Amino acid sequence: MSLSRRQFIVGGVTASGGLLLGIPLQNPRAAAHQDLQSIEESIEAIGIDATGPGQLGYFITINPDNTVVIGSNQPEIGQGIRTTLPMLVAEELEVDFASVSVKQMPLGIVRTSSGMQWRYGGQGVGGSTGLTGNWEFMRQVGARARLMLQQAAASLWEAQLDDVYSEGGHVKHKDGRILAYGELVTAAAKLPVPEDAPTLKPVSAFRIAGHGQKTIDALDIVTGRARYGLDTDVPGMKYAMIERSPWHDGTVVSFDATQARKVPGVIDVFEIKGPEPGAPYLILASGVAVVAESTWAAMQGRAALEIEWSHGSYPQEDTAAFDAQCETLLAGDGQVVRDDGDFDSAIATAGRVVEATYSVPYVSHAPLEPQNCFAHVDKDKCRIIVPTQMPAGASRAVAAATGLDRMAIEVELTRIGGGFGRRLTADYAAEAAMVSRQSGFPVKLVWSREDDIRHDFYRPAGHHHLKAGLNQEGVPVAWTQRLASASKYYRRAEVSDDKLWEAELYTDDFPANMIEHFRLEWFNVNSAVPRGSWRAPAHTANAFAIQSFIDEIAFHSGQDPLDLRLNMLGEPREIDYANHGGPTFNPGRLAKLLRFVAERSDYRARRASPKAGRGIGLACHFTFGGYSAHAIEVSVNHQGDLAIDKIVAAIDCGYAVNPNAVEAQVQGATIDGLSTALNLKITVKDGKIVQSNFNDYPLLKLAQVPTAFESHILNWDETPTGVGEIPIPTVAPALANAIFHATGKRIRRLPIADQLKT
Amino acid sequence: MQKFRVNGTAVNFSGDSQTPLLYVLRDNLKLYGTRFGCGIGACGACTVHIDGQAQRSCITPVANVSGADVTTIEGLSENGEHPVQQAWLEIDVPQCGYCQAGQIMAATDLLKRIPAPTDQDIQDNMTNLCRCGTYVRIRKAIHLAAQRMHNKSVADNGATS
Repeated sequence: MSLSRRQFIVGGVTASGGLLLGIPLQNPRAAAHQDLQSIEESIEAIGIDATGPGQLGYFITINPDNTVVIGSNQPEIGQGIRTTLPMLVAEELEVDFASVSVKQMPLGIVRTSSGMQWRYGGQGVGGSTGLTGNWEFMRQVGARARLMLQQAAASLWEAQLDDVYSEGGHVKHKDGRILAYGELVTAAAKLPVPEDAPTLKPVSAFRIAGHGQKTIDALDIVTGRARYGLDTDVPGMKYAMIERSPWHDGTVVSFDATQARKVPGVIDVFEIKGPEPGAPYLILASGVAVVAESTWAAMQGRAALEIEWSHGSYPQEDTAAFDAQCETLLAGDGQVVRDDGDFDSAIATAGRVVEATYSVPYVSHAPLEPQNCFAHVDKDKCRIIVPTQMPAGASRAVAAATGLDRMAIEVELTRIGGGFGRRLTADYAAEAAMVSRQSGFPVKLVWSREDDIRHDFYRPAGHHHLKAGLNQEGVPVAWTQRLASASKYYRRAEVSDDKLWEAELYTDDFPANMIEHFRLEWFNVNSAVPRGSWRAPAHTANAFAIQSFIDEIAFHSGQDPLDLRLNMLGEPREIDYANHGGPTFNPGRLAKLLRFVAERSDYRARRASPKAGRGIGLACHFTFGGYSAHAIEVSVNHQGDLAIDKIVAAIDCGYAVNPNAVEAQVQGATIDGLSTALNLKITVKDGKIVQSNFNDYPLLKLAQVPTAFESHILNWDETPTGVGEIPIPTVAPALANAIFHATGKRIRRLPIADQLKT
Repeated sequence: MQKFRVNGTAVNFSGDSQTPLLYVLRDNLKLYGTRFGCGIGACGACTVHIDGQAQRSCITPVANVSGADVTTIEGLSENGEHPVQQAWLEIDVPQCGYCQAGQIMAATDLLKRIPAPTDQDIQDNMTNLCRCGTYVRIRKAIHLAAQRMHNKSVADNGATS
């Protein structure tokens, strides 16, 4: 087999990750093929979108005035990736960050003889991997470009490469000669791309990273100029809305569009077919689409539809029955997914046994920008403009919806009004493509808030039964967690029934590997509610149950909850961790965070001299490679009104590339955790989702956030972890533990809502 | 026909008079800084000033603004020079940024009514939702803007005396 040179250059991804300036370029030394020769192509010769005035590969453009435009290949959902990744490029490129602006790159995929490959490196943000997956790559992009600019200067000066260096967007010679990057970039672009990236700087030498940088798009945001998916405006574009089945897997029996078509501005009305019951979701529901000249006309037209629905696969589903089903299942035997030692014997002989059951509801993602997508299916090609966390997923969804070849589908990305995991799934892109194809128009499909709350891939609900046997010192020696839940892996083609639990229980989560007799058991609950990944997925439920239960054990055995945690965590050491964020974790790093938040919140003093109606609680958790701890102080008055008085949050994310963004994520994730623990639940009645908008799905307001709010970044080392999800799981248990300390009432069911009211 | 002004420019709207102002701003006038979040006046992402007062444009029929002066985020300043926008930049409030234009319009209105708000004033008046949870920084930015506006007014008064 012989690859053409062009295929070879744009399509290869190397074993050594040899991405040059963002151009996936096979490293000849790593290549198995005999016909692959050493690459001597210049960027200019490569062409495609790697070249242009001032351009050095896909990611870097240097303007004549020496300002720099850096491409961002990842979706921006508010995590700050459009600031953080360009910081890494700028760090190695040796330019001032103030001279940098950022452009959003589209999806880049290339079909090669060995399948689809990324053109601009992997694209997608989920699992807190946006930074970790690009940490090396982006620095290499900057470093290679810097070297080429230095080579260009050395060549012009007839100087030795060793005698030149880069500083502040210039190449300088030891003898004082100086040239701006903007003067060198054209010559640099003609040079061969360096095969090996120069040695990257140690973090100790960083000038941009490791120092707080402000959000690069902030001016566009505060002036209203930033554009989100919902702001897409393409000439000739129509507006579309879909009325979707309120019953899961319900179908359109019949519909009458007579009144809808009379609404001024309504152009077309037609049916959209949803998934077969039990089949993987391409879109969430069957429905009727209305295409119109404006958003308002589409809304009015939709409101005038008369539709008869079939009632779907589980028309009698309701939340009370779901809870009863969980309890019934937990009374029997489930699927044992981890079983260390001899739990049954150990629990039978334990001096003291503690048990409790906790429950979490379904919750919705509710990003403030509802789902939307622009699609223009034009004969044999398609243009998509979409706010998505997974642009390649959108491409696949549109291909599946239209039958078009993926290379005929262009996917452009916008700034995104929140993700939280909702935009990992591109059902709305498939819908938009279906509507455009059927209507023949370029369309912007818009969802209302009600659409968004009622048609989501919800965070799974479940009941957690925990039971521990303690030794004489009150330390657990036998432990089980038995979870009855509706797995988010439901209806995924690639997941067999015996693997559904893998989305629900993480077998190495604390206190696994620290207790000799340890068992995890899972029970499959029947539910037709669609579910998916919600910021820090099952960690939110598991950490709530486990970190609450630790406090219950401490209470029943007369120990302080902090002391019990520290005792169980033990000395710093690496423990196996097979799940995402592994391969190991260090409980010593968690212990350090716990001690820190305890100290900052005067935990010991508040425990030693408790005040009526006031309480303090702690929690800690490891997830996605990062560590989190929270101390939360609350007051609860005689009427049961809860006030959050103080929050101390600490994160250990390895190396904080942008400490300013890390702080923002810690604050935001903490508030997300509070909002969800306090008030948020999705319930089902008669097979339909009950909640519909922010009146009955009440996100936290500013008033509930304490002014005493500290965020700390601890334990810096040399490699970053993700950040966006790590601080969430510890919030609900720290809050519940504080409430117990204040009132003696143990919260075992989320949300807290009015459970404290007297 | 509804006649009103948006950011100082005369607008004639001949469509359905019950159309919420939000969609006229976005679909007709292409002023996308005012955002849709809920459609029921709950989140405040659509906040604009109508005759100087913060209002939620998603529940304001365009008929209600006949003859009125509407200011959107695009009309608050030329290029983000308003002290509230400047405070937002200095504190680096935005995460996803979707709600922030509405937050800024609400904060601007608050500071007009209460030039030196306490934390209590801020929490009583700032009811806009932020799904990213930027509230800690929003609170800081409002205090900073209040301080800047106060200093400026002191300076301005000094210059005229």
